[in-house]
Amino acid sequence: MGFVTPDYGTIFWMLIIFGIVLFILKKFAWAPILKALKDREQSISDALNSAEKARKDVAGLKAANDQIIAEARKEKDLILKEARDIKDKIVAEAKNQANAEAQKSIEFARQQIAAEKTAAINDIKKQVAELSVLIAEKVIKKELEKSKDQEVLVESLLKDLKLK
Amino acid sequence: MTRIIQSFLVILFAVLFCTGVSRANEADSTATEGGISENFNAGKFVIEHVSDSYEWHIATFGETEISVPLPIILYSSTKGWNVFMSSQFHHGHETYNNFRIEAEGKDEGKIVELNDQGEVLSLPVDLSISKTVAGIFVSVIVLLFIFLSIAKSAKQRVNQAPTGMQNLFEPIILFVRDDVAKPAIGEKRYERFMPFLLTVFFFILINNLLGLIPVFPFGANVTGNIGVTMVLALFTFFVTTFNTNKHYWKEIYNPEVPWWLKYPIPLMPIVELTGVITKPFVLMVRLFANILAGHLIVTVFVSLIFIFAQLMGIEAGLGVSVISVAFSVFMLLLDVLVSFIQAYVFTLLSALYFGMASPEHH
Repeated sequence: MGFVTPDYGTIFWMLIIFGIVLFILKKFAWAPILKALKDREQSISDALNSAEKARKDVAGLKAANDQIIAEARKEKDLILKEARDIKDKIVAEAKNQANAEAQKSIEFARQQIAAEKTAAINDIKKQVAELSVLIAEKVIKKELEKSKDQEVLVESLLKDLKLK
Repeated sequence: MTRIIQSFLVILFAVLFCTGVSRANEADSTATEGGISENFNAGKFVIEHVSDSYEWHIATFGETEISVPLPIILYSSTKGWNVFMSSQFHHGHETYNNFRIEAEGKDEGKIVELNDQGEVLSLPVDLSISKTVAGIFVSVIVLLFIFLSIAKSAKQRVNQAPTGMQNLFEPIILFVRDDVAKPAIGEKRYERFMPFLLTVFFFILINNLLGLIPVFPFGANVTGNIGVTMVLALFTFFVTTFNTNKHYWKEIYNPEVPWWLKYPIPLMPIVELTGVITKPFVLMVRLFANILAGHLIVTVFVSLIFIFAQLMGIEAGLGVSVISVAFSVFMLLLDVLVSFIQAYVFTLLSALYFGMASPEHH
């Protein structure tokens, strides 16, 4: 059973070869390979982390956007409401003013009418007085030579002409 | 990359045909018609296929043996250093420079030094590049080629997806790191052991797999050689021992057990010290035995064909060959699985020993 006894020649060469191979591989193969693996793992985990961060950022941004939009909407509503209020106010004011103006015109017209009426009545009164004087003059002219009955008649006529 | 592989193969075949192949016509070989040796010795055939030798045997056609000679490096006290190719021995049939491969006796298969009268003088110091050592060289070339090119692409393609060979081996490297080293040693200390664990894992894996390819320059029984597994286990042992802390030694010399297990006879320290030695020993034997058994069983199935052909004629051999081939294929596939499992087990246990070498204080 020769092959269960280790042969010192084989051991000698194996020690040398394996030692050298271990050294070469350690220095020129395992170091760069393990480093590359580690670096790649690092870069992948970095990339995943940054993607996660970006996702969170986007989510935050979206929330901020929503908030801004909501605020803008609120402001818009506010502005619209204000505008409506102002419009209502202006319209109401204009209506009031118009009313007042109309009232004023009516008042003025009424006063005018009243003044015109007074003037007309005065004029009528004056004319009636003149007419009466004229009538009276004519009657008197006639009556100066007629009877006393006519005098009575004139008087009654005048009575009728009295203004209300 | 294909160009590198091509040139690699060209060089191999050049070595094989220009300088290497030696043909020996032997007058005393007993060959019969039909190409089957009459005295087919299955036991010898199987043992020769799994044991080390001074030449890399490829095939035998009738009387012609084709093998790649390997360098013989000897040191003897009388003649100093001797370096020559194993083809000088003509497959062990001739003596060269007073050296001979002993054919029988207690030194069977070893090189002995003779005196001028042809008597055995002594055993020279034998540092020959045997088949196993040549197999180690081949696997190391493959190993270095694979991982240096992966390292190159890892350096060039920073933070990019791996492609090709890098893509193939990275999951295995990650497996060794995340499922072997990290759980066994711990997050903090695993990094310093990674180069050793990865080298051991891929050295064993590649040698196991190359050992299953029956074509030169592969197929050498490297991890099924106890010398090789011994060196691997010794590395694990020394790495463990040089990375211990005081808790580890306290557990060995003064474990927390009832006092009568320690005084007057230091029972537990003896048991613990034995454990320190048995751990690498078990690593050595497990890998060696598993791979050797795989090689043995495939060769046994193949030699069944010749045993039957010899006993009951060539037709019987042909009939048995169907079953033998089927079983051999099955065993080879099983050995592929075993190759991975043994590489994993060796690495995992090494990592566990490293983890135990400096336990956390409790």
